[in-house]
Amino acid sequence: MELVLPEAIHAHLPVLVVLLPLFGGLLALFTGLIQRGGGFVAWLWSAIITGLILVCAASMLFEVHTTGEAMVYRLGSWPEQYGIGYSVDALNGYVILVVAIIGFLSTIYAKDSVMAEIARDRHHLFYSVWLLAIAGLIGITVTADTFNIYVLLEISSLTVYTLVALGGDRDRRALVASLKYLILGSIGATFILLGIGYLLMLTGTLNMNDMHEQLVRMHQSGELANNRTVFVSFALLMVGLSLKMALFPLHLWLPNAYTYAPSAVTALVAATATKVGVYMTFRFVFTIYGGVYDSSADLYFLGLCACAGVVISSMAAIRQMNVKKVLAYSSVGQIAYIVLGFSLANESGVTASVIHIFNHALIKGGMFMAVGAVALRAGGTKIEDFKGIGRKMPLTMAAFTVGGCGLIGVPLTAGFISKWYLVVGAMDEGYWGIAFIVLLGGVLALVYIWRLVEIIWFGKPDDPTKQVREAPLSMLIPMWILIGASVAFGVDAGWTADSAHAAAELLLEGGP
Amino acid sequence: MESLGHFNYWLAIVIIMIGFYGVIARRNLLKQVIALGLFQTGVFLFYVTMGVYRSPDGTRGVAPIWTDAAKTGPFDNPLPHVLMLTAIVVSVSTLAVAVAIIVNIQRKYGTIEEDEILEADKRDS
Amino acid sequence: MASPDRGRPGEQMSQQTLLRVVAKMTIPFILVFGVYVILHGEIGPGGGFQGGVILAAAFILYGLVFGADELRRRIPPPIIDACMALGALFYASVGLASLLRGGTFLDYGMLKPHHAGDGEALGMSLVEYGVGLTVCSVMVTIYLMISERRSTIRPGEEGL
Repeated sequence: MELVLPEAIHAHLPVLVVLLPLFGGLLALFTGLIQRGGGFVAWLWSAIITGLILVCAASMLFEVHTTGEAMVYRLGSWPEQYGIGYSVDALNGYVILVVAIIGFLSTIYAKDSVMAEIARDRHHLFYSVWLLAIAGLIGITVTADTFNIYVLLEISSLTVYTLVALGGDRDRRALVASLKYLILGSIGATFILLGIGYLLMLTGTLNMNDMHEQLVRMHQSGELANNRTVFVSFALLMVGLSLKMALFPLHLWLPNAYTYAPSAVTALVAATATKVGVYMTFRFVFTIYGGVYDSSADLYFLGLCACAGVVISSMAAIRQMNVKKVLAYSSVGQIAYIVLGFSLANESGVTASVIHIFNHALIKGGMFMAVGAVALRAGGTKIEDFKGIGRKMPLTMAAFTVGGCGLIGVPLTAGFISKWYLVVGAMDEGYWGIAFIVLLGGVLALVYIWRLVEIIWFGKPDDPTKQVREAPLSMLIPMWILIGASVAFGVDAGWTADSAHAAAELLLEGGP
Repeated sequence: MESLGHFNYWLAIVIIMIGFYGVIARRNLLKQVIALGLFQTGVFLFYVTMGVYRSPDGTRGVAPIWTDAAKTGPFDNPLPHVLMLTAIVVSVSTLAVAVAIIVNIQRKYGTIEEDEILEADKRDS
Repeated sequence: MASPDRGRPGEQMSQQTLLRVVAKMTIPFILVFGVYVILHGEIGPGGGFQGGVILAAAFILYGLVFGADELRRRIPPPIIDACMALGALFYASVGLASLLRGGTFLDYGMLKPHHAGDGEALGMSLVEYGVGLTVCSVMVTIYLMISERRSTIRPGEEGL
């Protein structure tokens, strides 16, 4: 790989992936001083920054895979127990790469979409907040300090609320959706904070690995037996995290927030924000409580919620009259698949979860980009706007259709690989019901995707004289990279499966 | 007596629950956000209480400032207090974003009552 | 004292001699106290957050008494925006400086490697100044945004 960086920068990579968007976001504010073309400069600046992040993230994962060890970085050179530590291993190196890829491609995509949807005098603010959101999302993934997770979670959430609210220029419902998201998101974050507080009380530390060690020590000395503090902290964290990752039935903020946000924001947020929530859940359930707290009952309950989520949200998706909302409900269902995977707590199940984080990010990112392109060219995302649009925007709609096949889980697409692992995981545990639910989810996905595909390719436009052009290249390229990758990783799943497998092994090291 | 010793924790949980109830029960957006603030404040109280030191014989820790008392005797754990400093800033930022959004909702809808907003949306679609 | 323009409380208030005089007398003290709290933060209670808020209180008091428009004339919003970014950038730059000097990010000791403790003190103080600047300008911005065209916005009108 040619991505090997100079030795001096090399050791600082874990902090650089956060510092780059942080500095970049603050500096992007100054592009507002440029009188003409400031928006373009801000976009170019964001594209460069996110491109650099992608290089850093890729070389980090490469390094982790070649050495087989975690990269540890200590801010301010404080020892692990006192200071904030950043650590990159096979799991979060992978999630950072997902965020970095989506961050870069959706920034490229954002150029025309933002031009059309956001008022000109606010472009520098938009890109500033955009980069800060990416900084928060990557920060959550890279840090090994639980309180730091909370702070970065709030940085990413607050910026995302703002980005969603920017959709209010076009549709005032974005404001209400954003406020709902803010209130529910803050409740979730506060529950997480409370859970971390109970953990801090119990262990006296904030570092994840140190927390785990303290818990193991207490477990071995028998202090944890019937200890209600550990139970309460786990329960609080699960509620907070479920809200953050929009696990059914705590998903109420998601459909409207995704629907009314600006197109580029939806592509970024749908592909990354909930995935990072899932990543946090992995960390808490497996890295911190793994082997010390018997979470099988809680995981069983999460699994039940996920099963209900797969079926009910897919059924809700069928009834929607707005294509963005169909995809948003479908996202709730796909998150439920991910949760279902790790609630099995066996190797195939967790591998399915990790692999689906990546696959779903590719598919949903690409599909939301396609819908955003229609919003740009046809002026809306209602079902009526999609009638017969396949003949006018063939490339965009082909991407949408291929992505839809991925959601259904057609063989040779990435979605099939995830479902395969999920079914294998369920079989290992002897849960035939889960295998059935997965297949039922696929059938329901077929219904809501086919309904759209039929309208797109065979529908008659309401107004045949309406001029609709193909999407610009700056949108088509990122869209097709994502969709193309989802097909490529469906045909040859070697790399994703290996990475996901390494991550799953790492998670299950300490036991469920 | 033991339950009285946990007075602050009781209070924190009561405040958290009052705030939580307010977020769910109020239909006015601004009131919801105020209740959200209360909810978060309860958590701050919880953390601050956690840091207070009291030894089994009843001696209290002193403030963790570099003074003679703190050099020799027990002192309160400053870590949760510092964490809450950050969390307060986060809470203020949340409040600021929420109020900014509510101001815009008022401008676009002419109301900040949830029921009226839902009705207006229904009329639109 | 009745003012002809009743819709703008700021202007109405600035007609009141007592308020004007008291505000003018207290604002310098508030500012000095805010700076003191920021400077003191390194060794005692206080610091950037608290000091920044106190500083902002002085500006907000000025805005309340003399009107937000007057405050906006004295400190134009673009400057406040720039201060917001500058403060945070200053913080991050201190961290970056220690990184460039061979330590890790925010490793203050590297700022003055040969004097034990000096680098930490320097780093912490500098960081607090950055925080103070950002917090102060953010608070003033929040005040200005909420007070913006308060009496002129009607339902359905374009905001911001």
